[in-house]
Amino acid sequence: MSSKKAGVTFKGTPEQEAKLLEIIAAHKDQPGALMPVLQQAQEVYGYLPIEVQSIIAEGLDIPLEEVYGVVTFYSQFTLYPKGQYKISVCLGTACYVKGSGDVYDRLQQKLGIKGGECTPDGKFSLDACRCVGACGLAPVMTINDEVYGKLLPDDVDEILAKYE
Amino acid sequence: MEMVNIKINNMPVAVAPGTTILEAAHQAGIQIPTLCYLKEINEIGACRICMVEVKGARSLVTACVYPVSEGMEVFTNTPKVLESRRQNLELLLSTHDRKCLSCVKSGKCELQKLCLDYGVDNESAYDGERIQYEIDDSAPHMIRDNNKCVLCRRCAAVCRKWQDVGVIGANERGFRTNISCAFESPLGEVACISCGQCIVACPTGALSEKDQTQDVLKLLADPEKTVIVQTAPATRVTIGEAFGMPIGTNAEGKMVAALRRLGFNKVFDTNFAADLTIMEEANELVERIQNGGTLPMITSCSPGWVKYCEHYFPEFIPNLSTCKSPQQMFGAVAKTWYAKQIGVDPKNLAVVSIMPCTAKKFEVGRDNESAAGVPDVDVALTTRELARMIQTAGLDFVNLPDEDYDAPLGIDTGAGLIFGATGGVMEAALRTAADWLTGGNASGEALEFKEVRGTEGVKEASYTIGGLTLKIAVCSGLVNAKKVLRAVKEGKADYQFIEIMACPGGCVNGGGQPFQPASVRNFTDLRALRAQGLYRTDAKMELRKSHENPSIIKLYDEFLGKPGSHVAHEVLHTSYVKRPKY
Repeated sequence: MSSKKAGVTFKGTPEQEAKLLEIIAAHKDQPGALMPVLQQAQEVYGYLPIEVQSIIAEGLDIPLEEVYGVVTFYSQFTLYPKGQYKISVCLGTACYVKGSGDVYDRLQQKLGIKGGECTPDGKFSLDACRCVGACGLAPVMTINDEVYGKLLPDDVDEILAKYE
Repeated sequence: MEMVNIKINNMPVAVAPGTTILEAAHQAGIQIPTLCYLKEINEIGACRICMVEVKGARSLVTACVYPVSEGMEVFTNTPKVLESRRQNLELLLSTHDRKCLSCVKSGKCELQKLCLDYGVDNESAYDGERIQYEIDDSAPHMIRDNNKCVLCRRCAAVCRKWQDVGVIGANERGFRTNISCAFESPLGEVACISCGQCIVACPTGALSEKDQTQDVLKLLADPEKTVIVQTAPATRVTIGEAFGMPIGTNAEGKMVAALRRLGFNKVFDTNFAADLTIMEEANELVERIQNGGTLPMITSCSPGWVKYCEHYFPEFIPNLSTCKSPQQMFGAVAKTWYAKQIGVDPKNLAVVSIMPCTAKKFEVGRDNESAAGVPDVDVALTTRELARMIQTAGLDFVNLPDEDYDAPLGIDTGAGLIFGATGGVMEAALRTAADWLTGGNASGEALEFKEVRGTEGVKEASYTIGGLTLKIAVCSGLVNAKKVLRAVKEGKADYQFIEIMACPGGCVNGGGQPFQPASVRNFTDLRALRAQGLYRTDAKMELRKSHENPSIIKLYDEFLGKPGSHVAHEVLHTSYVKRPKY
């Protein structure tokens, strides 16, 4: 059992919590309140760590496990924050046949996180995406607004070093 | 009432409107197999085992949730139906850990039985990708093995809907769907109350109690140890089920005989300690009422309830009776008073208990439960584990002679006995309180407080005894306890005394009791049948009031003094702690 609690320290502010409590109050007695509350909570915090889900569970008087079950069912929700540098590897058809899967694997290995997660220091988050419109440069990844093309797995070290 | 006329397998049947095909068939004597369905608790039509053919319908329908309509023609046994069930089973097996030979559930597994019934002849028909799940043995009372899970969600449903706990449920989606705790935390780290209702709801071997029979065998084989055993009230009316006896049979005598043959030095009864609990608890209640103590006082016999209170309603901790549960009182008295009597060092006296409960495994490890400086109880086994030991020892349970418990800790009364059913603690307390407060000596019908009997989730009553009016409530199933606690919190109820049992129906329906498949549970009220076994015996007993138990009288004379004394507090009372909810 690998816990899915985010390794990054939660940095929620009192303002964010007040906002969340307002959102909960607005939906509390509605049937199916959980989905809109989760969607708006993610807008407030950017992700849904245990600290946020616990407030929602308490506010809506439902078990934390039920909240977590819904969060992990829908791909629109994330348990992890985005990093200072958001790495996005294209796993679209063209990039994939050119070996972007290997690049993606190398990044996971190098950063010690899985796709969708964020490094504990909050620096890098890693996601897979589908086509950034630069198939001619396949395989492609982006870090924030920077595009890197014609990648080999061995290029990863050098690129990451630029951000250290 | 206008009845709905349908035909099942060409046989005419008239049933009430709103009846499902499954129930209609049951009424007509036809069993439609189910896997995920648990009546009123898990009606989700997910497993597709109960599929039947309905004339005119485009495809097969799920009998468990499909209501009948006038003129409907149902076929439960056609080649198409049988093929569909077989195929569904083969698909379930494709991700199932098929280690039936070593599985604790073998022989009682609902999936295994279905495979046999529907002639699954190739368990590898759809072998493909599988996720290997880690076994979760982090909790003190149970083991979760998702490799044997069929995702029926019966466990999640009882956890949430009966117990208001909801610490396990379905996470992720599609092929990755699995039953686990929030954030994949191990069960031992979340606010699970250890009640074990998920275990008795599980159709397969995915959930099981932590088997401690080996620990007991080791104790029995240790020449240094004197090993005594106590049996909880509710175990005598269920142990027979494990050996094919009818539900509700009181097999007390055979259980005693079996325990003796397993090698226990003395076979004692938790009923004795239940009587002791009444002495202490009734005294505590009167003291609280007279001295302006915290009211309502709430019983503390059910360790599942106590843990729930600590996690979810810590503001009610001052309301919990400080009395240890009967299991712990027994161990405490055994290792202090009794150990001295027989001249055995408490360190060499091992107390094993046979409990209807998995939370008792958690309870033995609680703080402040060591009257003699060693844990009051060494090992708590469930009724199921005892059945397993009896089986392993080759004892022919059904044909064992009926034997009596040993003295002095095996002497009991009807009051202690009925602790095993919801309302039993309350009734036992009322029997003693009535005599104490009126100075009288009630007997026969006057001893029966029928308002607190029965399987309803919440029962209320008000009694005026000897000038004192007592408003009481009895609840079982923690979702019901939650309602009552909230009413008290909001000032909408002013009870003086509340009995709460974690499991619906009380200990007779505990999480450590023998398995009954959904095919029985859906159409039989286990709680009521098992409880009747207790009440029938109580009605025939000579001693039916805790304070008349001669062993109890002797214990107070020789050791404890009077209820609530300093020694009684040292030995028989405990404390509680607030525990985190998340």
